Amino acid sequence: MSAAVSANTGLIETEQHGLKAHSDGGDAYVPVQSRAERFTSTSVDDFEKVTGFELEWKLTPITRITALIEGELDGSAPTLTFSETPGVTAAWVDRTDARIGSAGAPEERASANAWSSFDKALAIDVTGEELQEFVVTREATDSTPRAGHTVITAAPFSRGLVILRNSGDAQLTENVEIVVGDQAALTVVTVQEWNDESNHLASHFARVGRDARLRHIVVSLGGGVVRVNPSIHLVESGADASAFGLYFADSGQHLEQRVYIDHVAAQTKSRVKYKGALQGATARSVWVGDVLIGPHATGTDSYEENRNLVLSEGPRADSIPNLEIETGDIMGAGHASSTGRFDDEQLFYLQSRGIPEDEARRLVVRGFLAEIVAQIGSDDLETHLSAAIEAELSEAQGH
Amino acid sequence: MSNLEIRDLHVSVETELGTKQILKGVDLSIGEGETHAIMGPNGSGKSTLAYAIAGHPKYTVESGSVKLDGEEVLTMTVDERARAGLFLAMQYPVEIPGVSVSNFLRTAKTAIDGAAPPIRGWIKDLDSSMSQLRMDKSFRERNVNEGFSGGEKKRNEILQLELLKPKFAVLDETDSGLDVDALKIVSEGVNRAKANTGLGILLITHYNRILKYIQPDFVHVFVAGKVVEQGGPELAVRLENEGYDRFLSNAVVGS
Repeated sequence: MSAAVSANTGLIETEQHGLKAHSDGGDAYVPVQSRAERFTSTSVDDFEKVTGFELEWKLTPITRITALIEGELDGSAPTLTFSETPGVTAAWVDRTDARIGSAGAPEERASANAWSSFDKALAIDVTGEELQEFVVTREATDSTPRAGHTVITAAPFSRGLVILRNSGDAQLTENVEIVVGDQAALTVVTVQEWNDESNHLASHFARVGRDARLRHIVVSLGGGVVRVNPSIHLVESGADASAFGLYFADSGQHLEQRVYIDHVAAQTKSRVKYKGALQGATARSVWVGDVLIGPHATGTDSYEENRNLVLSEGPRADSIPNLEIETGDIMGAGHASSTGRFDDEQLFYLQSRGIPEDEARRLVVRGFLAEIVAQIGSDDLETHLSAAIEAELSEAQGH
Repeated sequence: MSNLEIRDLHVSVETELGTKQILKGVDLSIGEGETHAIMGPNGSGKSTLAYAIAGHPKYTVESGSVKLDGEEVLTMTVDERARAGLFLAMQYPVEIPGVSVSNFLRTAKTAIDGAAPPIRGWIKDLDSSMSQLRMDKSFRERNVNEGFSGGEKKRNEILQLELLKPKFAVLDETDSGLDVDALKIVSEGVNRAKANTGLGILLITHYNRILKYIQPDFVHVFVAGKVVEQGGPELAVRLENEGYDRFLSNAVVGS
């Protein structure tokens, strides 16, 4: 087992590609760059070819996803199924639709490649004030590299739970925009249960309005390389975001998530909690948590946390919290990160009550991940995920 | 008649300064339905005895034996010891995030009995034990020991004692941190378990206080890793009045 853990206050990074000539290996001077200053563009041509040395890509096995970063993408609308839900509408819209581009723009080439290539975007509008659950199911069946674009818009005062469920065979790079109107309360859940050969890169961009609340939940269980990067911008006062994540990496899987919380306005609040289990010699996970508290974000209350449970010899979990604070007048900003094996005291306690060791381990892992599952708010999905985690655990122990 | 026989038990622990001997030849015999109090100053090895019996991996048994009804316990895994009929009520029970009390108790009961308890009787037993321990029903859905107060953790230990019905229980400073009301409730739970199942008890304590509520049949004074004096309940009273000084004058106190 090896685990790389670092905690920085203030980012120390190389400058973004595409701004000026590459400096790796040349100039020894490494400029300090704020997360806010990262280059963005919706055009893939504005980004240089990815080498794997970039800050954004250095922890990702890019040779497994070259087609998604560099290749031609099929941008046609895929076959998706939607649940019929009052207060929620879904439609395919043109690239020129006003909703597109309202929450953010790509910071890296795979995201820009998707943005440059999609033909139609899926627009989901949540308008009802009664909480409704809306499920988009993608059961993909081919390995054509594809681009996707989704815009989820929660109208002011609306409430909704939008679940994106992904399974099957896919090579997909996509952008998901999320706009949460004033005083709306929206939960977006993205679930990745792909087959082993599938690769999936997703950038989520969210704008959270005045006194609005976004709960964003990433669940990655299946797939080869799965990288889901949510960027959440708290742009009006009183905006509140909770970002949760759950992943279970087996051998051969690379599950990555780069979370960015951008406190722009005053009196905003964020909580980030990602929990992962890793099992198998080549299981791999990456969590990067960037929190930026901008100069006007007085009264910010922020905390981010990543916990990894390593279940066997060999996995590697990178866990990198970064905190940038540009105003002194905040409520709180903290981070925590841990990557470790089983807690011997927990195992001893359970075993001392007669519970055999392998069952005690399952109980601990299940409990460890259950905290995130319980955040979802959909009984069907929670039941399904509990069973899926159970299956991962049984597989892990060779039952 | 069940019995627990501890013979010439030597136990060490690894520390930063090397191997440290904690137990230096402990002999104890506990019969069914008997209550033995082990009293001693801090650092005398009382808790080590409790954990060594339960099989905590931190402690190394150098020599000696612990037999439950003639079966050697020391070669068993931690869970095998529990299934054989041993129970340790811990001084500092750990939190298990995401595992509810109800799920935990049912899993443990199933493991101990070898089969899931019939649902109706189980709920009834659980409800009645919890209400006798003044535990609100909402405890069932809380995560094991998470956010519990000191008193709640101890009650949760005794709840398990009542439901799992072991032959012998080691209570490791169960009285520590309890106010008098909680102490009474917890003691009643222990006494009920004893009355109902003929439980044998090894009661480890620093103070005489709990012995007003749980009557010991025997009192053992534990100093520097072994029993230095034994007697009846009157010995506890004498310790209360005189302290441990007369035992400490020519003994080296462990850390």
